[in-house]
Amino acid sequence: MTTLTDPPQESFRPSMLINDTRYRSYTFQFIALIVLIGAIAYLLSNLFANLAAAGLNISYGFLHEPAGYDVQQTLIEYTSQSSHLRAAWVGILNTLLVAFLACLTATVLGVIAGVLRLSNNWLVSKLMSAYVEAFRNVPVLIWILVINTIVITMPAPRAYRGETPDAEMFLGLIAYTNRGVYIPAPTWGPGSGFVALVFLASIAAIFMYRRYAVRQLYDRGRDLPTFWPSLAILFVPTLLVYFIMGRPVGIEVPALQGFNFQGGTQIGRPLIALWLALSVYTGAFIAENVRAGIQAVSKGQTEAAFSLGLRPNRVMNLVVLPQALRVIIPPLISQYLNITKNSSLAIAVGYADVTATLGGITLNQTGRALECILLLMLFYLTISLLISAVMNVYNQSVSLKER
Amino acid sequence: MSDQTSSFAFVRTEQLAPQAPPAAAVGPVKWVRENLFSSIPYSILTMLALYCIYLILSGFLPWAMNGVWNTANIRECREILEGATGGCFSVLSERWNQLIFGVAYDQSQYWRPTLAFILLFIAAAPVLFPALPRQMLIFTGLYPFLAFYLIWGGTILAPIMVLVGCIVGYLVYSRLVSGSFAAGFFGGFAAAVVTWWVGGYIVGAIAPEQTMLSAVPSREMGGFMLNMILGVVCVSLSLPIGIALALGRQSDMPIIKWICVIFIEFVRGVPLITLLFVASVVLAYFMPPGTNFDLILRVIIMITMFSAAYIAEVIRGGLAALPRGQYEAADSLGLDYPQAMRLIILPQALKISIPGIVNVAVGLFKDTTLVSVISMFDLVGMIRGPILSSTDWNGVYWELWAFAILLFFVVCYGISQYSQWLERQLATDHR
Repeated sequence: MTTLTDPPQESFRPSMLINDTRYRSYTFQFIALIVLIGAIAYLLSNLFANLAAAGLNISYGFLHEPAGYDVQQTLIEYTSQSSHLRAAWVGILNTLLVAFLACLTATVLGVIAGVLRLSNNWLVSKLMSAYVEAFRNVPVLIWILVINTIVITMPAPRAYRGETPDAEMFLGLIAYTNRGVYIPAPTWGPGSGFVALVFLASIAAIFMYRRYAVRQLYDRGRDLPTFWPSLAILFVPTLLVYFIMGRPVGIEVPALQGFNFQGGTQIGRPLIALWLALSVYTGAFIAENVRAGIQAVSKGQTEAAFSLGLRPNRVMNLVVLPQALRVIIPPLISQYLNITKNSSLAIAVGYADVTATLGGITLNQTGRALECILLLMLFYLTISLLISAVMNVYNQSVSLKER
Repeated sequence: MSDQTSSFAFVRTEQLAPQAPPAAAVGPVKWVRENLFSSIPYSILTMLALYCIYLILSGFLPWAMNGVWNTANIRECREILEGATGGCFSVLSERWNQLIFGVAYDQSQYWRPTLAFILLFIAAAPVLFPALPRQMLIFTGLYPFLAFYLIWGGTILAPIMVLVGCIVGYLVYSRLVSGSFAAGFFGGFAAAVVTWWVGGYIVGAIAPEQTMLSAVPSREMGGFMLNMILGVVCVSLSLPIGIALALGRQSDMPIIKWICVIFIEFVRGVPLITLLFVASVVLAYFMPPGTNFDLILRVIIMITMFSAAYIAEVIRGGLAALPRGQYEAADSLGLDYPQAMRLIILPQALKISIPGIVNVAVGLFKDTTLVSVISMFDLVGMIRGPILSSTDWNGVYWELWAFAILLFFVVCYGISQYSQWLERQLATDHR
């Protein structure tokens, strides 16, 4: 009878570092580390030699010096005397603003186009595929510049002047000029806070009513209507309070004064160009994601739901959509990330996002290229890491619970 | 028997000929009813779609059909149009060379990039269409050197020396690879580098003053040619780097894995524009003092890094999608890591990743327009800069943008259609 024994323990020899798979990976990693450290040291030594030769140093003190340039559209208070840091914040907020707006409209556009592309209506589905292919296959930079050109060729504010103006405001409320679009802005009179409070409360009430309806359905088998009651809860109390309080919330319509429109909210030309271009461009991608997600739900699911006797809208809401969303949402979130990154193209139309302020004017004025670009990259990295963290949390929450 | 039949008033003895279906249930009418007007909401949608199409066509057709193609500037064009709607397409015919080749490229040398462009199709054909004879791949291997020589010119010895270095490297690799892949790879790489190093001196010593094709500095590249150069070079360079990064990210060795992860996540987390800023203003700080290398080369390095990270993620998806059994089967055959990857894993993983890789390639080609932001004169840069700001064509927007849109659409749509065709070809699973 033979017994299996371990082979005699070999003593370590240097050649095993190359030939023995147990040790070889350590050799490779060691070499890789040495090469990496060597490369970084080489680059850094070049950097310091170059900086010394140019009489520069790395410091972030410039951030607190006055910026000395103006920014057209700002969300926070900013003057040309504010610091470069303030200008960077203005840019960051502008980036987030355009990214947020574009995410909203791109989602709406993408969902509509994606659903319509699957429709049985031949003409509509062909029209939607034409939209998707046209916008997916042309650089977003070109679309930004094209929409910018469209805005530039709109009438100048002076076209609205005179007895018989060349241009008229849309519905008397919205003025579109080559400087941007002017829309009415709400004015908040005394007591308007209460109206807003009631409005928020009625939104909360809708959710509570819906939960109540679901509980009634599950516990008692009573099927309460949800659509009309929700609509009523949304509008009736707010309107009542609005009139009882004496109509405190008004709107301020933009009006032509001198050479430009005053009052209302101005949406500047660069913002419109960037916002619309990012929306239609990304909307085309989102449409493809939505279509893929709906098609990923197997036909058997729909048929099973119908055979249970569910109505078509219930089949959509209860069976198809929850399964399709699982497929749609991860690529949707990465499209949001793409919007945020593509918003850096603002620099091409002069929208003051963070790339244009921190990475553009501040960089050119102070000559602090290294520091500016490092900060810029850190900002975008933070955003994208945050978004991927959100995505991971979502993926874990919807992943199929298997075994 | 015969009595019984005669007792009935009438019995039909032959079958009725089938009636024609109702007019509404056959032919184009049926199609229209089913596909356009099946219900009231659908009919409304159809009418809306028709109205949209009418709006688009009524704006576009008179402009396109009534276009003017041969005037010297915008004023002449407007005189000819006399206020009627019509496009001044003469900007395209007059500035054609600038749109395609940029401002600076020598007019008499236009045949060189054109020839390189035509040869690109011959070189790419055997890669794209597996049915073509495999011998054509030899030309594909030679093409990069040929194209470099055609476009940049200068002494022919330089590309030949690079080619010789590659051949020497390959010979050393094929000699050593039977021992181990790592020895072959690094040996071949070292041999190639030594050849280039030695060759650099030889070329520098014996290069003639007069060259057959005059040397063209990179800053003279422009127009759509620049987009094509950046797109083709960066896609082909980023593919091998992307594969290496993807394998590195899947590796068991923690240090290598983390180097790859940090690189990929960093590059994917920042917009391409910031990387281009790095190329244009920061990269010079990291080079040895006194070196001064081309902006176009710096841009190529950055775009290649960028797309390599994206391709790596696509290929990682392909690697992860392979069943675990494939890896185990390779192990159980006794293949070592390089063999398993080359023979079993990568062929399947790359096949799965083809659509993703093509998406990245299309995206990359579109992103080459971003170089106009760092004041390089690619197609978009040419339109925004020299052409729109010239007194001759100041104000001709739509014709130029329509041309740019059309050019990019044709290329990108063509590539994506090819990828769908290839996907169908490679679908070996039985459905």
